[in-house]
Amino acid sequence: MSVVPALTAPRKAKRLSVDERVLGTGLRVIVVRKPGVPLVEVRLRVPFQSARPADPARAAVLSDAMLTGAGQFDRSDLAAAVQGLGGDLSVGVDADRLMIGGNALATSLPQLFDLIATVLTEPTYPSAEVATERERLVEKLTIARSRAGVIAGEALAHRMWGEHPYAHDLPQARDVAATTPAQLRKLHADRVRPEGAVLVVVGDVSPARVLDRMESALSGWAGAAARARVPGLPEPVPAPLLVVDRPGSVQSSIRLGGSALGRDHERYPALQLANLIFGGYFSSRWTENLREDKGYTYGPHSRIEHAVLGSTLLLDVEVATEVTAPALLETRYELGKIASLPVTEAEVDAVRQYAIGTLALSTATQAGLASTLAALAAFDLGLDWIAEHPKRLGAVTVDEVSAAAMEFFAPARLVEVVVGDAATITEPLAVLGPVTTDA
Amino acid sequence: MPRSPKLPAPTFDIIHHTLDNGLRVVVSPDRSAPVIGVAVLYDVGIRSEPEGRTGFAHLFEHLMFQGSANLEKLEHFRYVQSSGGTFNGSTHFDYTNYFEAMPSNALERGLFLEADRMLSPRITQENLANQLAVVKEEIRVNVMNRPYGGFPWLVLPGVLFDTFANSHNGYGGFEDLESATVDDARDFFARYYAPANAVLAVGGDLDVDETLALVEKHFGPIRKRRAPKRPSFAEPPLTAERRAAHEDQHAPIPAVALGYRVPDPVGSLDEHLANVLLTEVLTDGDASRLQQRLVQRDHLVTDIGAYIGEFGDPFDERDPTALTITAHYPDAGSLDKILRAIDEELARVADEGLAAGELDRVRTRLVSVLLRELDAVLSRTLNLAKFELIYGRAELIAELPGRLAAVDEAAVRRAASAIRPDRRAVVELVAGAGR
Repeated sequence: MSVVPALTAPRKAKRLSVDERVLGTGLRVIVVRKPGVPLVEVRLRVPFQSARPADPARAAVLSDAMLTGAGQFDRSDLAAAVQGLGGDLSVGVDADRLMIGGNALATSLPQLFDLIATVLTEPTYPSAEVATERERLVEKLTIARSRAGVIAGEALAHRMWGEHPYAHDLPQARDVAATTPAQLRKLHADRVRPEGAVLVVVGDVSPARVLDRMESALSGWAGAAARARVPGLPEPVPAPLLVVDRPGSVQSSIRLGGSALGRDHERYPALQLANLIFGGYFSSRWTENLREDKGYTYGPHSRIEHAVLGSTLLLDVEVATEVTAPALLETRYELGKIASLPVTEAEVDAVRQYAIGTLALSTATQAGLASTLAALAAFDLGLDWIAEHPKRLGAVTVDEVSAAAMEFFAPARLVEVVVGDAATITEPLAVLGPVTTDA
Repeated sequence: MPRSPKLPAPTFDIIHHTLDNGLRVVVSPDRSAPVIGVAVLYDVGIRSEPEGRTGFAHLFEHLMFQGSANLEKLEHFRYVQSSGGTFNGSTHFDYTNYFEAMPSNALERGLFLEADRMLSPRITQENLANQLAVVKEEIRVNVMNRPYGGFPWLVLPGVLFDTFANSHNGYGGFEDLESATVDDARDFFARYYAPANAVLAVGGDLDVDETLALVEKHFGPIRKRRAPKRPSFAEPPLTAERRAAHEDQHAPIPAVALGYRVPDPVGSLDEHLANVLLTEVLTDGDASRLQQRLVQRDHLVTDIGAYIGEFGDPFDERDPTALTITAHYPDAGSLDKILRAIDEELARVADEGLAAGELDRVRTRLVSVLLRELDAVLSRTLNLAKFELIYGRAELIAELPGRLAAVDEAAVRRAASAIRPDRRAVVELVAGAGR
């Protein structure tokens, strides 16, 4: 330790100036002044859950076609207008929300909002453009499903969530092909509404002025969204290791999953640290074992994902086909070890600093802060959560981390999937325990 | 169409210093958040690999993380991360970078970690064997097991360029990687990793004088060694079209890459910037020429993109560099139609020029994209180091908006007229998992 320079006293982050308002239409707007570069970032999050089987496909086409026409703008007029502001707009959707994201020169924010308002209130979904996007989406889905990671993700989600909407991250091509412009217009009218939506603006702007401007720019976007009833998330049930065949794979994609805790749970900071120690950062046990000692993989990763209905612990690693069984064995060993034996104080100290430092880094940019705030807003968390989280991490004890690891990393409670060349890997995997090929 | 706003430019202080051992240092303070970036760029990349050692620059990059003069294996990672920071490194055609983003109270520690491996990395047989295995898995996950993996950067240079330096596979063949030795690594370090062959950039929440003193303390004692003379890798423009096919067993639909040799990005910067703007005119967003024609009107391709530099960064390479157009398309029989449509659109730009406002909006967006890259302290620090190394002037970053503003329509038309079929290499990706 002697030659390595000690850390000096940490400097505190400056408090950001933030203003927040719920508009008359029900839209919640959060504006943060964050100078740096003369730009502004925008995230509009609209709740978009649905249990109707046709909706994931419709939502996906809607998101791809939303910017293909609005008011008097055709597709290229709209794109040209956004570009002229130094801007960019994009739309994405998942099982929880529709997200309109964008950025522009800070001085062009008012014009960007006028364009967003037109998209929200006067979308056209022209038939020819919808047909183009439908076809493209089918091709994009084909490409996505040729990737081992996507196949593995779908297999794991199905194992964990059964027929729950969360099991269907990507829509089916036949549902996409059957989507009509009229259905998109109806879905937009029913669901793209300000009540329950959150708009985050971060950049070189004055919050009070932006809020005033927003009241008028978005006053025409009104109304409540149609209610969507979605069942609660089931608890994943452990089952024999599922092997999915992907002929010709030179690697196997190993995935494990289980339930986790939300950010607002009092034990979440302990679980967050347990995850980092296990496989959530480079200096983790799983990485040091599988990569830096064995050379089985370019890198394993474990992480906690937060969705509205529940949080999930996800482990993923791609390993050479010939070491699939030994890599799974080492993975189960590391899981069993962290679930059975206490973690050390040195491990906890290291991940504590890492969690605090990387939170500061990830929210130190306009884009990073805007995305983080938009994600937190779904859980009624905001800048305060970011500001106070280091204190919560600081208070976690070694025993609390060990207890969280014991509960959530127990291999007996995790669901396992391997995608690879089944003819080669099934037999060696069966040596370690029961294997099935039935999804 | 709203009038384009005035183009903003970044404003930050840049301080230069050169140590006695030849290390060039760039410091850029920004006290708005308590974070810093540290980046070391060595002037050696894929192009300088010896024949029979493809992929060696990248394999060597891995070895630089395996311990150093005062640190055991794994300690580098642990010291960075337990300080609250992140790290990485990456190998490019003309340089290799190593970097950390950290809380500002870890500034001296970050400088120490970089200096310690510039002094001497621990290159052992055991570490080499371990990282050889890791690199093979990296190639499997990014290339061999992935549809469109490494396309086109691993295959297009082999058709577009002629010399070994410019045309070989930058990830490396397994045979070459397996034959690399500890002695190769020691020689490579001795030849290319001299302080005088590197640029150190430090940015963020720092005091300039204090930082320069810490740089002197940690990097100053590293012995001066002669920097290798960098050969010219230039190649003249093609005079006839070249074609090749590349089989991808996991790809469900075909893809194509068109590569064009373009002027020296450093020596002919203004021509280069006209080419950069041309790529934006061609494929940036739904209002761009090739998106409108090939995606929206003719339904020939699923997507299409144009960029300069093998990794999509137009300021990442010295001469030679390439302008690349890539597309995925559902119908394997439509390649000739796709090429014809691209040629027609380029000819339209060359012959008829741009629409009113087209250049302004594309330029405004490009400047905004450049500024956005400078928001994060680490990416700003990496950019400062890169412009210092490639262009000899970190200040060029701040001048780019002005230089771009000076590019007129005639220059973009000239650029388009040079992007001709007889100047290109075409690589067709054959979909092995096609229906």
